Amino acid sequence: MQAEYDIVVIGAGPAGLAAAIEAKKNGIESVLIVERDRELGGILQQCIHNGFGLHYFKEELTGPEYAERFINELIELRIEYKLETMVIDLTKDRVVTMVNSRDGLMTVQARAIVLAMGCRERTRGALNIPGTRPSGIFTAGTAQRFVNMEGYMPGKRVVILGSGDIGLIMARRLTLEGAKVLAVVELLPFSSGLTRNIVQCLEDFGIPLYLSHTITRIEGKKRLEGVYIAGVDVNRQPVEDTEFYIECDTLLLSVGLIPENELSKAADIKIDPATKGPIVNESLETGVDGIFACGNVVHVHDLADYVTLEAQRAGASAAQYVKELLPRKRTGISVRAGQGIRYVVPHFVNVDNLKDTLELFMRVDDVYKEKNVIVKLDDEVLATIKKKRLVPGEIEHIKIKAKMLKDKAVSSITVEVQKEGA
Amino acid sequence: MERRKMICISCPLGCNIEVFKDESVSGFSVSGNKCKLGKEYGIKEMTNPTRLLTTTVKLKNSHLKRLPVRTDLPIPKALIKTCMREINRIEVCAPVKAGMILLKNISDTGVNVISSRSIGQSQ
Repeated sequence: MQAEYDIVVIGAGPAGLAAAIEAKKNGIESVLIVERDRELGGILQQCIHNGFGLHYFKEELTGPEYAERFINELIELRIEYKLETMVIDLTKDRVVTMVNSRDGLMTVQARAIVLAMGCRERTRGALNIPGTRPSGIFTAGTAQRFVNMEGYMPGKRVVILGSGDIGLIMARRLTLEGAKVLAVVELLPFSSGLTRNIVQCLEDFGIPLYLSHTITRIEGKKRLEGVYIAGVDVNRQPVEDTEFYIECDTLLLSVGLIPENELSKAADIKIDPATKGPIVNESLETGVDGIFACGNVVHVHDLADYVTLEAQRAGASAAQYVKELLPRKRTGISVRAGQGIRYVVPHFVNVDNLKDTLELFMRVDDVYKEKNVIVKLDDEVLATIKKKRLVPGEIEHIKIKAKMLKDKAVSSITVEVQKEGA
Repeated sequence: MERRKMICISCPLGCNIEVFKDESVSGFSVSGNKCKLGKEYGIKEMTNPTRLLTTTVKLKNSHLKRLPVRTDLPIPKALIKTCMREINRIEVCAPVKAGMILLKNISDTGVNVISSRSIGQSQ
C-alpha cells in the first residue's frame, strides 16, 4: 500500500462502492476503499429480502445481489480495497489514520476523501425504557445479522418496538424462521416504515401493529420475561389504565438510525443537527475542502438505490476536485427547511457547479394529506407542488432547473408545506 | 367480495388501490394505481396472491453460517410455510455462485430456489 492516494473512500457499503467506482470511471487511477468488516457490501449483505434495485437496475434484487453487482464492477476496475481495517482518525488536511491486525497502524495522505460510513442504530440507552436489564434485548439490525449471516435465532417469543423498516422486515423474518412475533409497538400514530412493508411483513402474517403505544416497563432477571405496553396520549405520554402485559423472551428495537460521524467531527466538519450528518453543498462537499460525503452518513435514506445515485455524484465531484476542475467558489445559495419540513439536503448550492438541474431531498415533520409543497427563491414563490400524501418515513425530492437559479441573484431557497387555507 | 381496498407492494411507492369486480375480461377493474404493475397486483391479490420468498439455508465451509437464498419467481402466498419447510432441509457447501439453483420445482410450483449471493470458501 502506498502512503498517498488521490481519493480515499471510507466505508464499502452501497455508498462507498458507488463513489469509488464513479471516481475511477472519471479518470482517477489511485483510489482506495477502507472497510472495517471482513467483506465488501456493508449492511446490504444482511438485507436478504427483495426490493433493492427497482429504481437503479429496473429489476428487483435482494441486498446481497445488489451489492454483488457493484463489488464485481469494483473488482473489474481493479480498485484497491482494504478489509478488516478501521479508520481511527481523519484530519481536515485529509490525513487518514487506520489500523488492522496485519499491517498495524497506517497513515495515508489523500487529495480527496469520500465519507461513506453509513449509520448505526439507536439503542435502548437512547430511549430510557424503565425496568431491569436482562439479556434478550437487541437492535433489529443486530438480530438481522445474527439470523441471516451468523446463524443464531435471538429468541422464540418476540416483541418489536418501533415500526421502522428493519423492524418490519425482522417481524416477517423471525416468523418465517419459526418464532412467534406477538406485537409491533409504535409510539407515533403512524408507521415510519414503507407502506409495502406493513402489508407484506405484518398483514401477510397477521402480526398486530399497535400505533400510539409504547413499552412502559421491561421485566426479567437474567433473560427477558415480558414487557408492559401502554397507549400514549397526544403528548406521547403513557395513559395509565391502558397498560397490558406481554410475556416474551426477546425485544427488538427498531427506533431510528443515526449517521455515524465520529470521523467527520474529528476533521472539524460541521454537522446539521436535523440530519445529524455533515452540512454539504450540491456537489456533496462538506465544509472542509476536498472532503465529500454520501449515503446514510449524510442523512438516512429510504432506499439503497437513492444512496447509490447520491454516491455517484459524490464520487464524480471528488474526481473533479482532484483534477482541479471543481469550481471553488464557497459562497452561494443557502437552502432552508421552512414550516413542515424537517430538513433539506443539500444545505448550500454553488450555482456554478450545477449542470442542468438541482435536486433537493427532504423529509416532512408530520403526516400531511392533500397539501402543497412550496419552493421559494428568497421571498418569491418558484413552484407549488400538489401532494396527496406526505409522510416523515418517505423522502420527498424536488427538481429545480439550473437556469431558474443562474439568471437571478438568489440568496436562499426555502421549501415549506403550505399552511391551511393559504 | 365485490370490492377491496389494498396497498400495492410492487414497488416501494405503495399506491393505495381499490379493486372492483366487473364484467371485463379479467373480471376486475383497478383504481388508484400509478402504473400497470398496480393493476396486475390488484387482480392477482383477488385471484391468486403470490410473494417472492427470501430466506437463508445452512452453509458449510465458509466464514458465514448462512447463505441467503430466494425463489426465482413468486410463489402462491398460501404455500409460504410449506416451502419454508422444504428450504430448511437444504445444506450448501461453499464456494457458491449467485443464481445457482439449489432446489428445483419447490412444492410442485415450477419455481426454483436459487442462491442470492456468491461466497468463497473459508481460508
